[in-house]
Parts: sequence; structure tokens; C-alpha cells
Amino acid sequence: MSKAILQLDALSCPSCMQKIQGALEKQDGVENVKVLFNAAKVKTDFDGDKISADKLSDTVTDLGYEVQSMKVK
Amino acid sequence: MKFQRYINQHTNQITLATAILIGVGLLGKVINSDLIYTVSFIVASIISGTPIILRAISALRFKTISIELLVSIAVIGAFIIGEYNESAIVTFLFLFGTFLEDKTLAKTRHSIKDLTEMAPTTALVIGEDGETEETDVDFVDVDDMVLVKAGGQIPVDGEIVDGSGHINEASITGESKLVTKQAGDQVYSGTILDNGTVKVRATKVGDDTTFGKIVELVEDAQDTKSPAEKFIDKFATYYTPAVLIIALVVGLITKDFRLAITVLVLGCPGALVIGAPVSNVAGIGNGAKNGVLIKGGEVMNTFANVDTLVFDKTGTLTEGKTAVTAIKDYSNDQLGLQIAAAIEKQSDHPLAQAVVSFTNDHQIGFDHIQVNSADTIKGRGVKATADGQPVLIGNLRMMNDEQISLTKQQQADLEQIQNQGSSTVIVAFNGQVQAIFGISDVIRQGVKESLAQLKSLGIQKTVMLTGDNLQTANAVAEQIGIDEVHAELLPEQKVQYVKQFQQEGHKVAFVGDGINDSPSLVTADIGIAMGSGTDVAVETSDVVLMSSGFNELIHAYGLSKKTVMNTKENIVIAIGTVAALLVGLIFGFIYMASGMFVHEASILVVIFNAMRLINYRPKMPKLDADQLSVSEYDLSLKQ
Repeated sequence: MSKAILQLDALSCPSCMQKIQGALEKQDGVENVKVLFNAAKVKTDFDGDKISADKLSDTVTDLGYEVQSMKVK
Repeated sequence: MKFQRYINQHTNQITLATAILIGVGLLGKVINSDLIYTVSFIVASIISGTPIILRAISALRFKTISIELLVSIAVIGAFIIGEYNESAIVTFLFLFGTFLEDKTLAKTRHSIKDLTEMAPTTALVIGEDGETEETDVDFVDVDDMVLVKAGGQIPVDGEIVDGSGHINEASITGESKLVTKQAGDQVYSGTILDNGTVKVRATKVGDDTTFGKIVELVEDAQDTKSPAEKFIDKFATYYTPAVLIIALVVGLITKDFRLAITVLVLGCPGALVIGAPVSNVAGIGNGAKNGVLIKGGEVMNTFANVDTLVFDKTGTLTEGKTAVTAIKDYSNDQLGLQIAAAIEKQSDHPLAQAVVSFTNDHQIGFDHIQVNSADTIKGRGVKATADGQPVLIGNLRMMNDEQISLTKQQQADLEQIQNQGSSTVIVAFNGQVQAIFGISDVIRQGVKESLAQLKSLGIQKTVMLTGDNLQTANAVAEQIGIDEVHAELLPEQKVQYVKQFQQEGHKVAFVGDGINDSPSLVTADIGIAMGSGTDVAVETSDVVLMSSGFNELIHAYGLSKKTVMNTKENIVIAIGTVAALLVGLIFGFIYMASGMFVHEASILVVIFNAMRLINYRPKMPKLDADQLSVSEYDLSLKQ
């Protein structure tokens, strides 16, 4: 299990959180998604064999949110 | 998806275009051109409705009935029945309101953003060849050597291996006083090297550093919901669909389509969903800026209800280090103090060190005194020869053994010092007692005033729990005016007391240094760590006071009360707005556009109300000059 932290542009509506959370959780190999509304950060555990970090970033971008930076551990 | 992203990124331009179109439309009305009027409003409705409808759809795909959906249905409805001006104005107000919310929300998040932006980004890593290379801080590993130059930020937690300098540790301790550090000293990531140059061996990097932990804690804290928020979130998930159903029912019964879509707009829970979180964000941000880390809305809520404060003594009410707290000098020209210091300098006993640092602090020189010999006598003291004459430094037992008798005055002084809970050190030569030192753990400055201040803020009972002996505990308690004292306790017994207070129906906060109090910190309703940002403290406690000061404790308590109050105010404003709008609707004052206007205004009102928290500062107690222990010794020395 790896851990990814994505920094997004400022989030303004609480419903954005649910969207991002829902979309990521649906991906295979993704667990423990946590969207920090005020910090505009997404923290998640993912299985590197099933899904790549870039795919995570793309999922969020596709929803219409800009990913500023991503850290993977 | 591309289209939606494009729209999302250009919402501000869309809002502006809508505003211009509405202006043109109104102008058309003035010059009696129906064509300009109608076309402008139709175009305005379409372009400003698009982002709202898109957001409504994307929320629906995740099975969420959003506020945008209510607005979208209302706007489409208004458009169908030809109320183009209503639909345009409602969508414009909604977008413009969202824009203002973003701007003001950013302000409330500002303090926390400032904190995260203080994180170091680059480091000068020293390679094996001795050359330095600037790298991203994420690529620094434990045990790497980094070079920090004057004015630079320390990029890692580590130990200085070479060099020295003055460091501003405000980002960790909240205190901007410069601290001198040299080889062997600990330095922290995020602190600033004011002057000097140091080489640091990294012991912790990135998110593992104390600063990284603090940032993570604060970021998590602002998203940890208070019970009020959780309730409102739950409420909103039912409320929003309920509004949809109510509007439908109203429409079916009255057969008034216009009334039905007006209900949709008026029922928006806007201020309600934003009111509680925004208060918490502002309150937690205020704390972070003032060295008080509060772990989330729930903690804020519980802390505001605390009525019993339980303190550990050592390191919390006292500074946790021994010092001379009383002095009686019977010798000429402070000779007794000088000789005592010269002899005690040879010892590393805590009492001896206290005597030496006392003379240093008061600039009493003793270098001219020759110490010829010094022998420790166990359980008694030191028997020495200084400047050729025999000297005794020790306790009363030693004096009795050596047949040194105390005068009536000295006897009284000794008893007085002992009653303060201090250990005593007697200095004798020439067959007479020359000086008596009272040595004890120093009480923190201003504790008495701070406890009084906490009481005026709503604390009912203060308690001290300590492992120390009863006499010392009582002496400390008397000086600081604490309500209840329990001494000679083991850590488990402290937990028992905390539990007992809870069973009596009190909300208990335990204040400790976080080192050996973890069980009590966890058991209490609120655990408050007064450790200067130690890992354990950060992890086990609910509230961390960065510079370990009592001012911060007052700030934390006052702030939590204010924040909870602010949340309640916001909920009242939000519910009041919806109620007022409904009354307005029944009596026919309110239509769709004016309803949306009031809604957006109420959202801004709750945000502005929360922003008052950003600059909150409690009144701090004035220090009573008599309690400043240092000046007291100065006085007695002059006599």
C-alpha cells in the first residue's frame, strides 16, 4: 500500500468533497480516501499494482479540479 | 468533462458577463426596447445557468441532491414561464454570492495557509565531497548533512554538528525570542537561523518533523467536525430533498407554478451548511496563529464545556527545575554566598547547581576564592576548606553534628523557608551560620493571576495532582491559590482522581507536560499538553500549547468558548433567515430574486461573523509585581 497526498486548488462547495471521495473510492485498489475540505487536500492509500498514482491524479482532474501537486510515499 | 472544467475555470468571467448583460437588459427597459430587454436576459440566464446546472448534474451522479439542483430547477422553471429577468438575476446572484463566499472563506483559512506556507521548500545538502547542492526538501534523507546560512530556514529536524547561531523558533514555540544554539543542540524544521552558520545532521525529515506534524494536525483539525456540524450535515442531506418535495406539494395544491419554484429558491440551506464549519475554521486558525493547537470542532465544543481543570504540578504549574527561591545572608559583603558558590561549583548535585546559578544570575563573583579541599558527607553535605578556613555546607543534621548552633532569628528563618516547601542548604564557617538557601522548583510566573482569569471565564474548580510530598504541594498550592490538592500520587492514582471528578458530573481537562501524564491526558475529557511541541504531547492530547505558557491556556479556553458561541450565532442567523423568508413569502413581500438576494446576503453575514474570531484575543491577567519571584530575592539581598 502506498500513500498519496494531492494538493488541489481551493475547494469551495462541500459537495465537491463528496464527488471527489466517491469517484476515487470507486477505483479498484483505492482505500481510505480522505478529502480535507479546508486544506484542499486529498489523502488516500492505494495499491500501486492495481492503480498508478497518475491515474489517481487524472480521476480528480477529470472531475474538474486542478491538481497542484502530488506526493507519493 | 472538458467542457465542465472550462466552465469551472471561467466562472468568474461568466459572472461578470451576466452582470453586464443584466445591466444592458435594464437599460433596454429604460429606453423601452423590449427586444434588448428580453434578449439580454435570455442570454444572461443561459450562460449563468450553465455552470450551476452542470454542478447540479455532477452532484446528482454521486446521488447527492445539492443546492445547485434546487436553483437549477427553479431557474429552468422561471425560464419556461418566460420570467427571464427573474431567472437571470437569480443565477447571477447565486454565482456572485459563491464568488464572494470563496473570497471571504479564503480569508478565514488564511491563518492556516500562512502556517503551511512557512514550511521549508529547499535545503542545501552537503555532499561527500564537501560541496553543497540545493535540493527540494522532499529529497533530503535522515542522516544527510545540511548547511544553513544566516537568514535561512532550517529544513529538517536535526542536531547541530558544527557552527552556532541565534535561532527564531516562533514557528514551533510561538515565541519569537532568539535562542542561542551550538553544536550538539536540537534544531527544528521551519525555524529561522537569524545569524550565524550551522551544519545540521538530519534526524527527521518532511512530514515526520515536528513542524510537519503541526501542519498536518491543524489541517486535519479544521476538517474534524463539531457535533453541531455533523448534525447539520445530516440535516442538510434530508432537508434539501425535503424542500424539493415541499415545492412539489405546494405546486400541486395551489396549482401556482411560480409559487412552487419560489419555494425552491427560498428553501436553500445556504447559510446553514456554511455557518458552523466557517466558525470552526476561523477559531482553529486563530489558535494556530497564537500557539494553540486545537484538534478540531469536537474538541472545541467539549473544551468550551469544561468546568474542572486538573493540573500536574512539576513542569506545569512549576517550571520543573530547581532554583534558589529564598535566601538569608548573615555574612559581611555576601562572603557566605561567594564561598558557598565556589565550593558548590565542584559538585553536580542539583541543589549545588542551583546555588551556583543563583550567584551567577546575581553577578556575585567568587573566582577569587580558593577552594583547597571538599569532601562529600553522605546525607549531610560538604565539608570543605576555602581560603584556608574550614567551611560546612549542608543540612541541619550536619550543623548539629558539628555543634554549630543557630540563633533564634536563624531558627525562625529556617522554619519559614521550610514551610514554603523548599529544601534548605545551610552555610557555616567561623563557628557560625553565615547563610541559608531555600531551594525549590520555581513556580511559573503569573500562575495565580492566570488561574483567577480562567475562573472568571467559567472554570469552577482547579485541582493539583502531584507525585511530590504533601508539604511542598501545599506550599505551592497556597502561593497560587488552587482549590484542591492531592499529593504523593502515582500516575495511576492521578487517573483515578480524573475519573472520580468525571463521575461527579464534571467535565474535566487535564493539563500536563505530556511526558509521564499520558494516561491522565487520555482519560480526561480534554487533555492539554504543555510540552513545547514534543511528539508524544502532539499525539496524545486534544489541545497543545506550543510555548507552554499559561497565557495560551487562557487563550485556548476563551477561544473555544467564543467559537462555540459564534457557531450558535451563525445557526440562529441561518434559521432566522429561512423563517423570515417564509413569512415574507406568505405575506407576499418576497419573490424569487429578492429571496436569492437575502439568502446570499445571509451567507456573507455568517462568514463575516466568523471572521470576527480571527482576531480574537482574551484579556490577559496583569502580573502582580510581588509575585515575580526574582525581584523578591533582589530585595532581600539589598537588605
